[in-house]
Amino acid sequence: MPETGHALTLLFAKGFGLFYLLALSVGTLIYAFWPGSGKRFDHAAKSVLRGEDQP
Amino acid sequence: MVAKLTRAERQFALILLGLMALCGLVMAAGANDDLFALHGGLILAVAVGLSFLVISGLDAPEPPPERLAEYYDAPSRVAIVLTMGWALFGLAVGDWVAWMLAYPHLTVDAAWASFGRIRPMHTTGVIFGFGGNALIATSFHVVQRTCRTRLAGQFSPWFVLLGYNLFCLLAVSGYPLGITQSKEYAEPEWYVDLWLCVVWVTYLVLYLRTLAQRREPHIYVANWYYLAFIVVVAMLHIVNNIAMPVAWNHSRAYSAFAGVQDAMTQWWYGHNAVAFFLTAGFLGMMYYYLPVRAQRPIFSYRMSIISFWGITFMYMWAGSHHLHYTALPHWVQTLGMTFSLVLLVPSWGSAANALLTLNGAWHRVRDDATLRFMMVAAIFYGLTTFEGSFMAIRAVNSLSHYTDWTIGHVHAGALGWVAFISFGALYSLTPALWGRQRMHSAWAVEAHFWLALAGTLIYVFSMWNSGVIQGLMWRTYDSGGTLAYSFIDTVVAMHPYYIARAVGGALFLAGAGIGAWNVWMTIRSPDTVSQPAGGDRPLTILAGE
Repeated sequence: MPETGHALTLLFAKGFGLFYLLALSVGTLIYAFWPGSGKRFDHAAKSVLRGEDQP
Repeated sequence: MVAKLTRAERQFALILLGLMALCGLVMAAGANDDLFALHGGLILAVAVGLSFLVISGLDAPEPPPERLAEYYDAPSRVAIVLTMGWALFGLAVGDWVAWMLAYPHLTVDAAWASFGRIRPMHTTGVIFGFGGNALIATSFHVVQRTCRTRLAGQFSPWFVLLGYNLFCLLAVSGYPLGITQSKEYAEPEWYVDLWLCVVWVTYLVLYLRTLAQRREPHIYVANWYYLAFIVVVAMLHIVNNIAMPVAWNHSRAYSAFAGVQDAMTQWWYGHNAVAFFLTAGFLGMMYYYLPVRAQRPIFSYRMSIISFWGITFMYMWAGSHHLHYTALPHWVQTLGMTFSLVLLVPSWGSAANALLTLNGAWHRVRDDATLRFMMVAAIFYGLTTFEGSFMAIRAVNSLSHYTDWTIGHVHAGALGWVAFISFGALYSLTPALWGRQRMHSAWAVEAHFWLALAGTLIYVFSMWNSGVIQGLMWRTYDSGGTLAYSFIDTVVAMHPYYIARAVGGALFLAGAGIGAWNVWMTIRSPDTVSQPAGGDRPLTILAGE
């Protein structure tokens, strides 16, 4: 029954799709701005500069 | 390259090549159609050629065990040479197609030289040949340096690199013969697709194993982008190419999808090929080579993470904007349009991050053409992603779709972003990997930069003009309510822009030619600098393990 298939897909996309992407955004923001992570990120950002590719 | 492998690995390579030759022989001898037989013969020839290479080095002495404490750059070096080779091929064919559009008699009345067969040779040559090899070369380099460990395989990097180039060769040689499944950017037929699948999974396993052996606690963000590129391209490639061959010995196959489902699957693939092949991988390149070249850490590491997750999860939904005003359900079109608009946020996040990293190093940008390549790439990335979001709006798309505006948009991205960041990365990488202080000729890098920039601007502006004129002429009605222009009127109006586009392409090609010469001369020139002790090695040595 193609009609049901379309209706279900619609419900899935507009229901689950919305909330999972919202949750993902919140999760990403929490991960990126977690108070303790700043030092780790600074270390990572500077870690590539030790290399040999200097001009 | 063979001398770096152990005896056992060389024997293993010979066994694999023997199997490949057998496979090619069976394809050639048992083929149901001539095209399949030709490809079988090509596979056989490649296998025999590579076997000669392995046999000639079979009795070379075992490589010293100390090599395992060093980075494994030989595959990247070969990949750089292949990158420049494919760049010249893909750009030359592209310019040929451009002149053909301005002067159609250049088809020389031969089936193989028709637009429909030459054009995919251009797109595959530049996207997969040039772009793919640049991604393999840089991903192998970046993952080792950022994880401070050697690649987690001795033989598999060669399998990935050469196997991938065999895929490109089979694809590009098939088009003039007429082998295509007619899916844009996924033209190769089923047996070539299966081969790429094997190569790609090997690439993924190699990359994951190298990451697992890292000696840095945190995985640097460039690797996230490279990994997204590898994982998602595998996913897209497998789903979009599900097909049933006519027979095991026939080149033709039929897609598992039909009608609007086929169109949606194809553009889910097509748009995400842009997102993960032409964007995520090259963002990985940018997040490593731009800070290193500018000698400044990335402006905001947090922003790079937010942009990463934004791009990874939102691009997946944007593909349906390629199917506005089609049989695709209206809400799916709206979904694609909405996600395309939201995508501007993470896209501009990365573009701004790159430019803000350079803020304070503008003197370097002025003096160093290599860094300038990367800066222009970031600008074009910002420009193209804005344009893409704009064109995805249904009302705008009604003017732009099916016109040259799309071609202009694609080339702003492909030339201005992808090629510029690749050339910037290659000019950083080539001297480093061959132990040279700098590129052979700084003047040649400058010349390449200005030729490439002039070529890109001429190309993009001519296609913007041509596209908008074309779109407006198609929708102009006269007072009687009928269309004011016939189709051929629009073709005549586009002619001058087609010539300008071909001239722009020729400039870009000339720049790449200078670049290829410069890379070659850097490889050949004798000035070797001794690496500082303990400088460019995996961390085991530094820790004295």
